[in-house]
Amino acid sequence: MRMKNRYQAIVIGASAGGTIALQKILPFLPAEFPMPVIIAQHLHPLQDGAAIIHYNGGGALIVKDADEKESLHAGFVYFAPPNYHLLIEDDHTFSLSVDAKVHYTRPSVDVLFESAADAYGTGLIGIILSGANQDGADGLLRIKQKGGLTVVQDPQDAEVSYMPQTAIETARPDHILTADEICKFLIELTLQRVP
Amino acid sequence: MNSDDIEKIELELFLEAIHYRYGYDFRHYARASVRRRVRHILGKTGCKNVSDLIPLLIHDEQFATKAIYDFSITVTEMFRDPDFYRAVRQGVVPYLKTFPFIKIWVAGCATGEEVYSLAILLQEEGLYNRAKIYATDFNDTALKKASDGIYPLKDVQQYTSNYQKSGGACSFSDYYHAEYNSAIMDQSLKSNITFSNHNLVTEGSFSEVQVIFCRNVLIYFDRSLQNWVFNTFANSLSRSGFLCLGTKETLEFSAIYDQFKVIDAQERIYQKKI
Repeated sequence: MRMKNRYQAIVIGASAGGTIALQKILPFLPAEFPMPVIIAQHLHPLQDGAAIIHYNGGGALIVKDADEKESLHAGFVYFAPPNYHLLIEDDHTFSLSVDAKVHYTRPSVDVLFESAADAYGTGLIGIILSGANQDGADGLLRIKQKGGLTVVQDPQDAEVSYMPQTAIETARPDHILTADEICKFLIELTLQRVP
Repeated sequence: MNSDDIEKIELELFLEAIHYRYGYDFRHYARASVRRRVRHILGKTGCKNVSDLIPLLIHDEQFATKAIYDFSITVTEMFRDPDFYRAVRQGVVPYLKTFPFIKIWVAGCATGEEVYSLAILLQEEGLYNRAKIYATDFNDTALKKASDGIYPLKDVQQYTSNYQKSGGACSFSDYYHAEYNSAIMDQSLKSNITFSNHNLVTEGSFSEVQVIFCRNVLIYFDRSLQNWVFNTFANSLSRSGFLCLGTKETLEFSAIYDQFKVIDAQERIYQKKI
């Protein structure tokens, strides 16, 4: 018997080295992946759309910049647009802001994760990947406190270990996995099948 | 009722308190940012619950002024989105050159960075002398910073880089002088700028103008408030006037979309039809 998947959305935070990890995950998520994936990745403010061009074509999911007031849907991977914070409203639509940078960065992983934790509670999966910033650690803790599932890339597997390490110390996540394992784990968890 | 539901009620009461006591209406602001900002204020005061802020807000005007400023301030930079300014030079300026005078409304100017960017652009295009810029914001503290035109010197490197990418014809250093840790914007940029208090949310049309800049203000509003503001803009623009939004804001889903044609879809520049 197939159990009903309890999760409704996945948020991912990535910084330096995050692209390499994302390439081990995003292209392998199948078309029937049952929830939206939302990513805040630290990029140069003028690198608009770079991430999207980069990932599209590789996988079954549609990759795009998040638009304000857009509704979140399964089948899509949404990136925070460069130079904006991305937030999720309680009605599962996106908001953007140009509030001050958090941890010297906009978009900030903390801003995305904290709003997503409020919007999805126990239905949220939060993942921290490679990076050289402490951004995301508090947000991941918030997800955990709200009953969501927390995953961090194994610092030894990450190009840059600081962000995963900080997240592990702050949030004591449910799982510490390599990027390849994270991909498998997500498919097994949400589709209840072995990829 | 869990603590999240209780906090939601407290947030609504917080917004009502500001509205009743001071007249600023944030009730149609998108909630995720509101929540984040209020929690930030809460963290600074040491109060436990959002509702604990309400007595402070009502009785302590100094606290309220600071809180409302913190609550509403957005952060921008000179020539933010250089491609946008390039598009204005290429797609809007040629029209403006045919106008005998140009009134420009920068709605929600915050601390003024985009106002000075626009003034520089107009000077370089030879339009400044027949232009009048009305820069408005509801927040007097922000407006004071805007009219002072003094910015942290540490930000100038970013501004200079943006300016160059935007198609600037001169050197950004021509437009400010440095004093201690500050960049003070050149007085000549200010001669045709009027800074004044205007609240987009509670006040209607401002004046008839040929260009409206309103960038990264509407992203904070819910759909109904966005439509209200779009109507204000449609009523304030003269025929063939231009509306310039932030690169993540669009007229597309609004009731006034039919009254406009798209000049630059990517950079969100629209022109009112004749």
